[in-house]
Amino acid sequence: MIASGHSSTRLLDGAVLVGLALFPLLMPGYLDLGTRMVILTLFALSLDILVGYCGLVTLGHAAFFGVGAYAAGIFAIRVWAEPVVGLVVGGAAAALLGLVSGAMLLRSRRLTLIVLSLATVLIVQEIANKMNWLTGGADGLPGISMRPVLGQFSFDLFGRVSYTYAAIVLAVGFLAFRAVVDSNFGKSLVGIRENETRMHALGTPVGGRLRMAFVMSAALAGVAGALQAQVTQFVSLNVVSVELSGEVLIMLILGGAGRRYGAFLGAPLYVFMQDYLAREDPANWYLWIGLLLLAIVFLAPGGLTAWTGALARRLPWRRP
Amino acid sequence: MWEFVDLLISLTFYGTAYGMILYCLAVGLSVTLGLMRFVNLAHGVFAMTGGYLTVTAMSRLGFAFLPAVAVSVVAVGALGMLVERTLCRRLYSAPILEQVLFSIGLIFVSSAVARYFFGPLAQPIELPAWLSGRIDIGVGVFPAYRVFLIGAGAVLAFAIWAGVERSRFGASVRAAVDNRRMAESVGINVNRVFTICFGLGTGLAALGGSLGADLLPIYPGYPNDYLVYFLIIVAVAGLGNLRGAFFVALTFGVSDTVVRYFLPDLGRILILLMIMAVLSYKPHGFAPKTHA
Repeated sequence: MIASGHSSTRLLDGAVLVGLALFPLLMPGYLDLGTRMVILTLFALSLDILVGYCGLVTLGHAAFFGVGAYAAGIFAIRVWAEPVVGLVVGGAAAALLGLVSGAMLLRSRRLTLIVLSLATVLIVQEIANKMNWLTGGADGLPGISMRPVLGQFSFDLFGRVSYTYAAIVLAVGFLAFRAVVDSNFGKSLVGIRENETRMHALGTPVGGRLRMAFVMSAALAGVAGALQAQVTQFVSLNVVSVELSGEVLIMLILGGAGRRYGAFLGAPLYVFMQDYLAREDPANWYLWIGLLLLAIVFLAPGGLTAWTGALARRLPWRRP
Repeated sequence: MWEFVDLLISLTFYGTAYGMILYCLAVGLSVTLGLMRFVNLAHGVFAMTGGYLTVTAMSRLGFAFLPAVAVSVVAVGALGMLVERTLCRRLYSAPILEQVLFSIGLIFVSSAVARYFFGPLAQPIELPAWLSGRIDIGVGVFPAYRVFLIGAGAVLAFAIWAGVERSRFGASVRAAVDNRRMAESVGINVNRVFTICFGLGTGLAALGGSLGADLLPIYPGYPNDYLVYFLIIVAVAGLGNLRGAFFVALTFGVSDTVVRYFLPDLGRILILLMIMAVLSYKPHGFAPKTHA
């Protein structure tokens, strides 16, 4: 628990949570956008465990987001429309997929891992597409109507409850993420990322650790997907697409992978740009985002938090 | 009974034609991935560019089919060398994540540019008269275009085999793959070998994109939507295993066609599951050696 014991880190962690709480007061007219930012931040955070801390690059993370969304949506329609229970169901379904696919994926690295992750998301998408009677197929899954959260707070038209609910879930998710990456377990993941052979030689059960991390990451992504299904009251095939898997990777990289606040910076910025640019110039949205990616790769590897981190180290009171 | 045999023959035929195009597209990628260990997910960008160039040369400039293909292969190969010299080279020692991001960025930009110039719809290609008829090849009457694809793929496979396994340049490529420092110390200019290989790989992509334009239509989503097919073939064959890529591409083309015919609903899922099983059992594919 060295990192979170550091006073400035604890301060920043607190600032993130305060920021989440202050958003509705500062921008009351943008709650829908804010909710979207919160959900995608949670999704990007889950991917960070794999990409940032384990050093595994995948292009199939939307498989878990999508399974979580479908599981929560179907559970709400057919069994019980209680939101919090629905989150647990979504997370558990995604964790199960993570357990199975992790066993298959994690024997490979680099390109083969990318191919296998792409295949996973395509299989899930095709299953969701073909099981019309359960998922609604290409038309999507309509008719999700959630009960009040914990029987107390019903979802309102202005999105106040949606935002608060999503923000609390993100805050809990961040605390869980923090506990994982700051633990010895999290440190061993970083060790594996830096030098797998050496960790193996040190006696770390590399395969078991990675599978564990994979399941955790899948579960968190599933919760994010469930949240999206509940808040938008609709699930479409887009939640299990290669495109979404690529987008969440971009969000994470934009902020910085493996840098604790990367997801909190990248996801909101991406959603904001998408909202702004797609409104001004929808045809060229992908041109701008592509150019931005190339700029990050060549000019700011490590993302925005690497920049701000380098900036912060230059501040006078941080000098040794 | 004979009807069933006929059906199997024609499914195999169509599958082989499809597999040949996939081979053409994947083999270039296998060169790039196996030699440079550069995870280039943007391979389809060069195939799409080649396709657009061929279509434009034919419809706007009045080129015949084969000269148009030749021009686009040379042009895209040159473009590939330029991209390698200016951009890719800087990422060889970067983490795989940066290479993936670079590829995605390139895909996004090129799709947007393609949409700007050609619109969102697929570009129809005017096949010449000698390719649009049907011909009898002994076991049945088949579209001349598909017969041409199979012939062209076979010639290409032979040319690549002769070029990589039987030539001096091929030997220096293999030396650079096996041990870069050693290859440099015996006087091979590895940087130049890399540039030429990247040009070859992108040129082959353009060839596949152009020849296959009637089978895999050229549209802005091309680099993204077909990516998984090239990657599957390269990964199952093993990176840099060029001969393997040929057999894997044909097997994939035929089995995909057959399974989709008999099981239209579950076919895609089944094929993908089979590929996952193969790759988790053999993470390095069927390559004799393990690279990347």
